[in-house]
Amino acid sequence: MKKTILTTIALFTITLSLNAQRIKGSDTVLPLSQKVAESYKKANLKNTVSVTGGGSGVGISALLTGTTDIAQASRKIKFDEKQKLQKGGKTAKEVIIAYDALAVVVHPSNKVTILTREQLEGIFTGKIKNWKELGGEDMKIIPYSRETSSGTYEFFKEHVLKNKNYKNGILSMPATGAIVQSVSQTKGAIGYIGLAYLSKGVKAVSVSYNSGKTYTEPSVANAKNKTYPIVRPLYYYYEIKSEAKVKSFIDYVLSTSGQKIVSEVGFVPIK
Amino acid sequence: MKRIKRILERTIESILTVSGAVTSIAILLIVIFLFKEGLGLFKSPSVEKGYSLYVNSKNTVNDLDVEDIKHIYDSEVENWKELGGRDQEIKIFRFEEIFNIYSDEELGKDYSLLPEKLGEVIIQNPNIIAYLPQQYAPTDIQGVKALPSKDISIGDFFGGREWMPTATPSPLFGVLPLILGTLIVSIIAILIALPLGLGVAIYLSELAGERTRKLMKPTIELLAGIPSVVYGFFGLVVLVPIVQKVFGLSVGETAFTGSLILAIMALPTIITVAEDALRNTPRDMREASLALGATQWQTIYKVVIPYSASGISAAVVLGIGRAMGETMAVLMVTGNAAVMPHSLFEPVRTIPATIAAELGEAPAGGAHYQSLFLLGCILFVITMIVSITAEVISKKQLNKGV
Repeated sequence: MKKTILTTIALFTITLSLNAQRIKGSDTVLPLSQKVAESYKKANLKNTVSVTGGGSGVGISALLTGTTDIAQASRKIKFDEKQKLQKGGKTAKEVIIAYDALAVVVHPSNKVTILTREQLEGIFTGKIKNWKELGGEDMKIIPYSRETSSGTYEFFKEHVLKNKNYKNGILSMPATGAIVQSVSQTKGAIGYIGLAYLSKGVKAVSVSYNSGKTYTEPSVANAKNKTYPIVRPLYYYYEIKSEAKVKSFIDYVLSTSGQKIVSEVGFVPIK
Repeated sequence: MKRIKRILERTIESILTVSGAVTSIAILLIVIFLFKEGLGLFKSPSVEKGYSLYVNSKNTVNDLDVEDIKHIYDSEVENWKELGGRDQEIKIFRFEEIFNIYSDEELGKDYSLLPEKLGEVIIQNPNIIAYLPQQYAPTDIQGVKALPSKDISIGDFFGGREWMPTATPSPLFGVLPLILGTLIVSIIAILIALPLGLGVAIYLSELAGERTRKLMKPTIELLAGIPSVVYGFFGLVVLVPIVQKVFGLSVGETAFTGSLILAIMALPTIITVAEDALRNTPRDMREASLALGATQWQTIYKVVIPYSASGISAAVVLGIGRAMGETMAVLMVTGNAAVMPHSLFEPVRTIPATIAAELGEAPAGGAHYQSLFLLGCILFVITMIVSITAEVISKKQLNKGV
């Protein structure tokens, strides 16, 4: 009895490792990959896909050590990482699978509804301190940021703060859900979250990237037609030699049914 | 038969000895590992490893400290004049920008032309400051000057007031706000939890009826079993708005909120351990005291408490340990802002929260990673001091007391 169980387990692991595709990396992309993997499994009964998170950096270094087939990332591969891959005799191929829009949110009672990129930079680097300066009430601005380990933190810093550092001692929350919670119960708060997390408790601000000429409201439609500026691509990276192994899964993600899941999860489809 | 029994006993004895030895060695190794990883920080350069700062050789500035570098890259200092150089605007250049100027083909195979092109950019701009990887640095080219890099100093680490471990190009590792944050949150938590906890313990062991005790003790023990993240969530959703409203604050995530949630979490530990200690006082002693005419309160105060002092101090140490090392709940309610705390009603960042939030994405072996290990060492030293002090105090009381 024991023997049969053991052999089945062994056989199972062998078949699993033959067909299994491993995806690792960004926690932002994680829910999307999981959903896609589920329906991919249903469509192709033989193939299994295992998905794990850990952060974009973790995924790319796993690609380097060969412990994953696909690295999911919420940021572009860094020059250093490319170099390391090259040294290991590997070349990473990049596929954009979806877009993610970041919404800037404030407390629903806040009168301010529009902000320019320069104003956002001022708020998060600590130069603008009162809502009065932005046409709101006389109230201290309380910016909430994500923790440094988050890809969202990096993206916001690069894209909105133009690589300047956040103000010293900014409030940082461990998860997007916590930012939504805090902003909804703090009057002077401002924070940034993925579009999928927008809810009634917080109010999204329209953003301008051309010094106030036009302001765009964050929405899937505006992100899709490229009028909303704070949008980042989400990537899959794979080693060029294992293309045959991962091709069918990546094709599935890019297919109509894959992209349908993309919008269900709250991201912006690529087409 | 007898021999088999003896052999069996021997093996059990040796297994016990070995397991004891293994545990002690494991603990020792963990401590050594912690300190080894942590102390490596002071050998790391203050600019990210493998990178250096380069300027045009006509620039008269030869040396920049960490703060200056940060001010330059945050555009707070915009003219070389402010740093003792010539009167010209500072032009910031990051390595990635080279790929906007030249395409990958123009940089040659395996980026062989990259140093040359970087050199050209620096020579063309006398007011430039460039942050480049040393591997592609234009070192042999005339007209380019590298700024000397220094190691992170012990003084900067322990005396620094800014914790910005991911700031580029030069991260700031000032742990003072983190140490103070941890101490403030846990000291206030203990000040709240201790009187309450001891009060409940005395009530349960001395004053409460049998039925109340049988009901309350398991309930309190149940509280100790609630996962800390649940306490954290409760804190964020319930306590934070309450604190904000009651004290009229602009932010509810404060050191005080953290202390409150920690006090609630430390209470079950303090109550159960202290109550067990109090109840261990022999019946003879209580009865002797009562027989001498002492009231019940006098008996508690003069006999029961002194007798169980060491058990009570164990309760205190366990409570403080719980408060100091608690991570998840604090991470959710204190706001995690790394500023020097001026009052109780400001956001703070504690050491455990910092480690938990940052270790996941800190590149292994880098300065950030090492600094987090050093934070672990600091926490270890603080808790060690606390437990040794408690030990000494309880011993003293035992000698002079009963």
